[in-house]
Amino acid sequence: MARAVTTNRKALNTAIAWTIGFVIFFPILWTILTSFKTEAQAISDPPIFLFFDWTLENYSVVQERSNYMRFLWNSVIIAGGSTILGVMIAVPAAWSMAFVPSKRTKDILLWMLSTKMLPAVGVLYPIYLIFIKLGILDSRIGLTIVLMLINLPIIVWMLYTYFREIPGEILEAARMDGASLKEEILYVLTPMAIPGIASTLLLNFILAWNEAFWTLNLTAAKAAPLTAFIASYSSPEGLFFAKLSAASTMAIAPVLILGWFSQKQLVRGLTFGAVK
Amino acid sequence: MFFKNALRAATAISLVATTGAYAENLTIATVNNGDMIRMQGLTDDFTAKTGHTVEWVTLEENVLRQRVTTDISTKGGAFDIMTIGMYETPIWGANGWLVPLDDLSAEYNAADILPAMAGGLSHDGTLYAAPFYGESSMIMYRTDLMEAAGLEMPDAPSWSFIAKAARAMTDRENDINGICLRGKAGWGEGGAFITAMSNSFGARWFDEDWNAQFDTREWSDTLNFYYNMMSDSGPAGYPTNGFNENLSLFNQGKCGMWIDATVAASFVTGADSTVADSVGFALAPDNGMGVRSNWLWAWALAIPAGTQKEAAAKEFIEWATGTGYIELVAANEGWANVPPGARISLYENPNYQAVPFAQMTLDSILSADPNNSTVDPSPYVGIQFAAIPEFAGIATEVSQEFSAAYAGQQTIDEALAKAQALTNDAMEAAGYR
Repeated sequence: MARAVTTNRKALNTAIAWTIGFVIFFPILWTILTSFKTEAQAISDPPIFLFFDWTLENYSVVQERSNYMRFLWNSVIIAGGSTILGVMIAVPAAWSMAFVPSKRTKDILLWMLSTKMLPAVGVLYPIYLIFIKLGILDSRIGLTIVLMLINLPIIVWMLYTYFREIPGEILEAARMDGASLKEEILYVLTPMAIPGIASTLLLNFILAWNEAFWTLNLTAAKAAPLTAFIASYSSPEGLFFAKLSAASTMAIAPVLILGWFSQKQLVRGLTFGAVK
Repeated sequence: MFFKNALRAATAISLVATTGAYAENLTIATVNNGDMIRMQGLTDDFTAKTGHTVEWVTLEENVLRQRVTTDISTKGGAFDIMTIGMYETPIWGANGWLVPLDDLSAEYNAADILPAMAGGLSHDGTLYAAPFYGESSMIMYRTDLMEAAGLEMPDAPSWSFIAKAARAMTDRENDINGICLRGKAGWGEGGAFITAMSNSFGARWFDEDWNAQFDTREWSDTLNFYYNMMSDSGPAGYPTNGFNENLSLFNQGKCGMWIDATVAASFVTGADSTVADSVGFALAPDNGMGVRSNWLWAWALAIPAGTQKEAAAKEFIEWATGTGYIELVAANEGWANVPPGARISLYENPNYQAVPFAQMTLDSILSADPNNSTVDPSPYVGIQFAAIPEFAGIATEVSQEFSAAYAGQQTIDEALAKAQALTNDAMEAAGYR
């Protein structure tokens, strides 16, 4: 029987949830606020919170200095491409591990995850040399492949977890009805795992969007995404905090909006199978 | 008529074809600072003059350093021109990674480059990078606070005067710190400052056999002096303060003195400063040992060996670091905003001489000698760094130990002992000892 929750308790829980939410969101809020300040206001001590002369000057300077749309387009292609490619590879992989496990499946899953523990800088030079040899340095295709590879373990793990929640008998029934392997995955498994696949897509899109090590090190002028756009406004010698904040706000805005609109699906996917 | 038109058309087509074949698209990696951003805005002038176009890759200094190092050491060819500093240039020049700039045109007048800059950007007498702007470090101080403290800043003060003035100017109740200095970990941050300061105390990183010298009295004197002065007169949280944090404090009127890059002079006297009208300048302090505590640095343009666009890259370097560019900036943004510290002729120009910090910047640059930066002889070139590939890694670790000592996490003696051990270990592993 569920425990009765008192009104006071509800109010307390709500207050705690809002406080935690505000603390988590505060750095983003502060970045957005700073983007509307002058450089002098951005560094003022004590900090100014809301009562300042709001200005759009930083956005205008950033627009003038940088080709934002090119960076944005690169981000969309690289993050989107790597996510779609990753899911295309991960769905069959997760299917086989979830429904046709071998005695080494767990080891393979752990090994895949262990590759995420390797510091990226440790393989920078080999990857860089491979990119030079293949002629894909500073190219969107090169970055799409690299980001797909680094996120693949997470995609496989997430999908494996979701697929394990789907009763194997349903797939068995489909097979008995004459469904081929392709039909089984495409028309039976995938529709049932849509929430899980959607949240995997979204989470990996965000991971790829925010990835800063490879996107900075493998690009120059042509394929640089929004992470390079932000990095171009950071400086240890000179005050660029307000402009940096404007650039950051412009870089996170698309993914923030995407997350805002798809939060229901995201939460549903992430909690899929959590309550039995 | 037909033949005339045909001839005209053929000439036009051939001209377009020639220009198309000759015009290059240069990719330039650079740092994000005011001077470089200004240059990006003026690139159209270069394109109009040469037909070459430019794509800029602007990165934060440390990111840029890692990015261009990866590219040049693997011969990646991602960039046609790189913005590098005095630390990398002689090392990369010695490795054969850079195109020598020994055949620049007569109009460029390479002899006009300040000797200190040319020396720091050369290897074996060959220039490998052309300075875009140069800097040293100097004291920027509040003339009103100095006067209120009943003191007068000499043009070339000593550390003991600076410590005395700092204590006299400190007013904790009104949130005024007598002195603001870098304490942040990082070889280019607090590490650069303390190394330059240590030179004036007679300390050095290595003896002539590449043995670390942190166990000497000179290093102990340097760190104890710095720590005591900052404890008495520095801002709270100074162990994590770098250039930007101190600039912010100074511009808000919270520092009596600030010793840092000469390039900061235009910021503290600029529109964002609340104390712009009461700033004075003086040479970085000494300790009566014949060496001052100022550093020398330049951001310079270099061409990676193996680029397919060497000729166009040299044209760009001549445009960006020549006297014509200085005049272009002056015409567009005023003389106070021209890139300083690179050319002798700039300091002979009466228009620039009228800029309040021009002479002190020049004096600071001229008083810095990367080849004789220490009181006792040392085996390395460089003032705030030693121009060896291992230095950046070692100095970052050493500065982390120092910052931990400033923050009270360990004693000065412990920090120096750790610095001594880790430096000797690293130098031994690298085969110097």
